[in-house]
Amino acid sequence: MSTPLTPILTRFWDEPQSWTMETYLRYEGYQALDKALTMTQEELVTATKSSGLRGRGGAGFPTGMKWGFLPKPDGGPRYLVVNADESEPGTCKDTPLMLAAPHFLIEGVAITSFAIGCHHAFIYLRGELVHVYRRLLKAVEEAYAAGHLGKDIHGTGFDLDVTVHAGAGAYICGEETALLDSLEGRRGQPRLKPPFPAVEGLYARPTVVNNVESIASVPSIVLHGADWFSAMGTEKSKGYGIFSLSGHVTRPGQYEAPLGITLRELLDMAGGMRNGAKLKFWTPGGSSTPIFTDEHLDVPLDFESVAAAGSMLGTRALQIFDESVSVVRAVSRWIDFYAHESCGKCTPCREGTFWLKQILTRLEHGQGTPEDIDKLVDICDNILGRSFCALGDGATSPVTSAVHYFREEFEAGTHSPWWEAFPPERSVLFDVPARDIKEAVSV
Amino acid sequence: MTDAHVEAPFHELTPLHASETPYDEETLRSLHADADLVVARYPQKRSALLPLLHLIQSVDGYVTGRGVSFCAQKLELTDAEVSGVATFYTQYKRHPNGEYTVGVCTNTLCAVMGGDLIFDTLSEYLGIGHDETTPDGKVTLERVECNAACDYAPVVMANWEFIDNQTPASATQLVDDLRAGKEVRPTRGAARVCSFKHVSRVLAGFNDGLADEGVGAGGPSLEGLRLAKADGFDPYASSGEIRGDSDAESPADDMAPGLAGSTDTPANPADSKAGEKAGDK
Repeated sequence: MSTPLTPILTRFWDEPQSWTMETYLRYEGYQALDKALTMTQEELVTATKSSGLRGRGGAGFPTGMKWGFLPKPDGGPRYLVVNADESEPGTCKDTPLMLAAPHFLIEGVAITSFAIGCHHAFIYLRGELVHVYRRLLKAVEEAYAAGHLGKDIHGTGFDLDVTVHAGAGAYICGEETALLDSLEGRRGQPRLKPPFPAVEGLYARPTVVNNVESIASVPSIVLHGADWFSAMGTEKSKGYGIFSLSGHVTRPGQYEAPLGITLRELLDMAGGMRNGAKLKFWTPGGSSTPIFTDEHLDVPLDFESVAAAGSMLGTRALQIFDESVSVVRAVSRWIDFYAHESCGKCTPCREGTFWLKQILTRLEHGQGTPEDIDKLVDICDNILGRSFCALGDGATSPVTSAVHYFREEFEAGTHSPWWEAFPPERSVLFDVPARDIKEAVSV
Repeated sequence: MTDAHVEAPFHELTPLHASETPYDEETLRSLHADADLVVARYPQKRSALLPLLHLIQSVDGYVTGRGVSFCAQKLELTDAEVSGVATFYTQYKRHPNGEYTVGVCTNTLCAVMGGDLIFDTLSEYLGIGHDETTPDGKVTLERVECNAACDYAPVVMANWEFIDNQTPASATQLVDDLRAGKEVRPTRGAARVCSFKHVSRVLAGFNDGLADEGVGAGGPSLEGLRLAKADGFDPYASSGEIRGDSDAESPADDMAPGLAGSTDTPANPADSKAGEKAGDK
């Protein structure tokens, strides 16, 4: 039996003005907030815990439990910070969500803030998404005007201000403590943990940091119940999530489905591989998750099954590559990214990604040495688990997994440039004139 | 193929030392007025630094020395502290930016799908490399990292608006149109690509009222929904009669969640941060 799609957050994205309050109200908008305001904070935290909702930003930490870690109120402020710094390569779910239906997030922010006793919430959006920023600013304005934000919300005496903050281009700010430093007006570098943000977060006050999709899922859980949510998904990975298919598939796009769906099912829905090509490798959850191959088409895409198969569910960013693509080229470009985005705070990541980049560049050009492949693995071994934050760990994922599955391609990098076996014009989506092909490989 | 990707140019002009004509009185007055609005959004004023740097770019077209000094003065920081932040983030430009930033995604997926070829085509066509600007000051070409639109690959960003599903020919047309001053309509964005300064002002948090322009979602964003609708999916089939029962539960007994004001009253001194003792700086 195939797994059916479950468009809940994506449910009305095809409405002509899907982003407006008016549209959202036609789809049960802000009914969950009404209901939440009649519940106790404890009930809301419990409901979220028992729904089984796990963080949708990649790590999969139980959302309700994160809220439960806040210390008892001491009279000072507590903060909710939404991580909308979607930058993991391949990840493209929060952005269309905020563009098409920002009120899911705003209502989720209101409910979560009420649940954790927060009176000033922040949405940290990456700065490279100006139209998403406009949509969020407008949604917040509409919510204030309708009394869903501001003073004395719905006559309950609950006050909440929401600030939407634009970053300025730094992948590391998706790391929650780097995000907090950035939001405090500093360089975005991760903090030592503990103390965790729940204890000392924004301005050293108790803070919950959650991903956009996690918070946007809260209204439906509150309105329809934890049981409704947990009836979907698998035993330990409850509910649904947006799966983003990109690359060499016939119909790339957003497919919202219960956790545990397989790539085989999703590919089938997406019309299969482009031009009937053969799947070569793919990422289950962005470039920081070890790559999979066609062996893994039937791995259920839930946290446990993907981990058992040697990768991570991550952000369900399924980047699909067919046989036209050189794995050395793909990995080398990802490492360019990590080296560029490494914040420089810790040595293993700062130096390690830089070294990886040099070796991979050699291998790309067919100028690698016989020792290079083992050296790559050795450097990864010295980055993984020794870096300050997950950026360094993530950088090793594509390298070690690609060497594991495609060692012979790296070995070829000791004598032949990748473009000899994998002419780049075969992997692109458009016809390339002969003149350009010559140039493309000679750059 | 990757040599061009290896080394981004190091910038000769750093904000620390760049100093030019001071702001004229009127510009300074409006900068102060805007900056006050930005600062007021945050419990601690240093949080205003990122939006203020966007604001500086909306006036100067890049992060100038005078802009750094303005931010430092406004937030009671040193010029070095502000520069340290400005140089950390790629959206802050260290030399005058063109009217339009054209950013070609050359992260793995877009690169493989055609982004590399698009970048190379534009670079040759315009005669400029990464983070360089055409002599007419119109277009600054950039390699950008993944911009969260992978289902629309290859993606080009024009002043941070989406130009989806590009080819070398369409991207060439895009820069031609931008340089000729023609209106360019993003695939998913405002009705037209606005100028770098205009967009920088939006990023400082000043809404330009264009949110209602453009589509809610493009084709790929709707693929799953389209399939599910064809199958007659009802998302709440299993949830029973839950809607509209919000009156059924009485308000919380002992909880008085609304009593605390929304005014931020930090219990810790300004600029203290986690794991740092007072006076530990």
